[in-house]
Amino acid sequence: MIEAHALTKRYGARTAVSDLGFTVRPGAVTGFLGPNGAGKSTTMRMIVGLDSPTSGRVTVNGKQYAEHRAPLREVGAMLEARAVHTGRSAYHHLLALAATTGIPRRRVDEVVDLVGLREVARKRVGGFSLGMGQRLGIAGALLGDPATLVLDEPVNGLDPEGVLWIRTLLRDLAAEGRTVLLSSHLMSEMALTAEHLIVIGRGRLIADTSVEEFVRNASGHTVRVRSEEADRLRPLLAGPGVSVTSDERTVLIVSGISSDRIGRLAADEGIALAELVPQHASLEQAFMEMTRDAVEFQTPDAAMVDEEVAA
Amino acid sequence: MSVAMDTRPVGDSAHPGTAGAPRGQVTQARVLHAEWIKLRTLRSTFWTLIGSVTALVGFGVLFCIISASRWPSMSAQEQHHFDPVQTNLRGYFLAQLAIGVLGVLMFSGEYATGMIRSSLTAVPRRLPVLWAKAALYAAVVWALMTAAALVAFLVGQGLLASRHIGVSLTDPGVARAVFGTGLYLTVVGLLGVAVGAILRNTAGGIATVFGVLLILPVLAEALPTSWNNAISPWLPSTAGQSLMAVHHVDHTLHPWPGFVLFCAYTLAALAGAAVLLKRRDA
Repeated sequence: MIEAHALTKRYGARTAVSDLGFTVRPGAVTGFLGPNGAGKSTTMRMIVGLDSPTSGRVTVNGKQYAEHRAPLREVGAMLEARAVHTGRSAYHHLLALAATTGIPRRRVDEVVDLVGLREVARKRVGGFSLGMGQRLGIAGALLGDPATLVLDEPVNGLDPEGVLWIRTLLRDLAAEGRTVLLSSHLMSEMALTAEHLIVIGRGRLIADTSVEEFVRNASGHTVRVRSEEADRLRPLLAGPGVSVTSDERTVLIVSGISSDRIGRLAADEGIALAELVPQHASLEQAFMEMTRDAVEFQTPDAAMVDEEVAA
Repeated sequence: MSVAMDTRPVGDSAHPGTAGAPRGQVTQARVLHAEWIKLRTLRSTFWTLIGSVTALVGFGVLFCIISASRWPSMSAQEQHHFDPVQTNLRGYFLAQLAIGVLGVLMFSGEYATGMIRSSLTAVPRRLPVLWAKAALYAAVVWALMTAAALVAFLVGQGLLASRHIGVSLTDPGVARAVFGTGLYLTVVGLLGVAVGAILRNTAGGIATVFGVLLILPVLAEALPTSWNNAISPWLPSTAGQSLMAVHHVDHTLHPWPGFVLFCAYTLAALAGAAVLLKRRDA
């Protein structure tokens, strides 16, 4: 369980995170979304105590990270894959981290195998590919067998096999009752991995919702209708709150009315439909729709609108 | 990869958060162990320490060989001013370069590679990392440099003995100078650790350490003599090196007060490093 209360971080005049509040619950993979510079990494750094908040607080399992006596066993974090000395081997890097908390050598071997780095574990990290670096970062996060995982862009640089591996791994870890928070800029990846979403823009909370609901709310519920008799159907659909657009003669894009209703109206009038397809926005579109505001609000008089979004 | 699907917690405990095997805590001793693993698993450690031992022993012996062979052709005045201990231990001047650089790298190397974020995530109280690095590096430098100074001394004085110009460890001030070499270099190493932690940057750290140790005394020479004489005894390296002087040199502090002052400067730097490490975002 990760809880943030009124979390704020300022670097000089720049506010990276502003009055952010959210709860990451165990048992599910929670995605942490936001455009570049939204404050995701800053928030994650505050979770593990690398940066201290200007005001507000964030706790892990009820305590601030630094107050835990055995932090590696409480929280596994991978904030940047390259938080490793390039001159040291992967194995010795993990061994040194493990030693701080008295984690046995056996566990180091286990995580090395778990992330598939056995063959290169004795090689210096400087020669690692981006994907190997990510795997090492994940190994470090898993070292203490923690109940909470915080991972910043873990799929970055992984090949498709690696992406599938991390997706399965994270879902399994969550299924075991762990708290998993991961950030990603790949919305499509979030749709496959996360069940819950925390979306931030310009350091403020935009949404704290399930993936399903996020897509449902963000998509406009349009229906694509194709018919040779589109001209005849179009006036029948008219009504309050209904809009119909058309790019092609035979295709109507309808919003404000369900596909069931459109189908019935067409049937009543004996209009043959070639297509009747509810359009769901992809997570990618939904995300861009929602964060477009956060980007556009970068004007001096943004404060008021900003608050509406945060609310 | 077939191992990929095995995600069961396979550690030394049951499910996290439930009662399991006793959970290890971060202790100063464990952080010290971790730092020991870090120190011995970098090649730069070996090369730098080998370099410093070579400098201390190699130059110490070399200077004694040269002095012994040139002794008969030296002028009476040169012979009068010959200091067998200073000549023998002069390699420390180069050794301190290696020791200072490695000291700076203890922290700056971690900042340069990002390793510091792993280190401070593992030990979020942070100060145990500083104390462990400082204590460990001091112990390693002291042991190696004291041994190297002794070897240099014994071999070097053996060579000088052929001309009957050698001294013995039991002669007044000699043991202090020999063991003082290890102590001086230990404090140089600690100063490097502190400056590396404060500046978090290798180039800046090295420039600062050697600016203070080597350049300040040279700069002070540009001052009027009376000023220089008043200031230079209090400069860190001059104060520290007074421990290695067998015979008192004008305008320097006495051996132990000088060394204590050098230690005080270094402790102040370590205290500054501690405050900044604790306060700054990593």
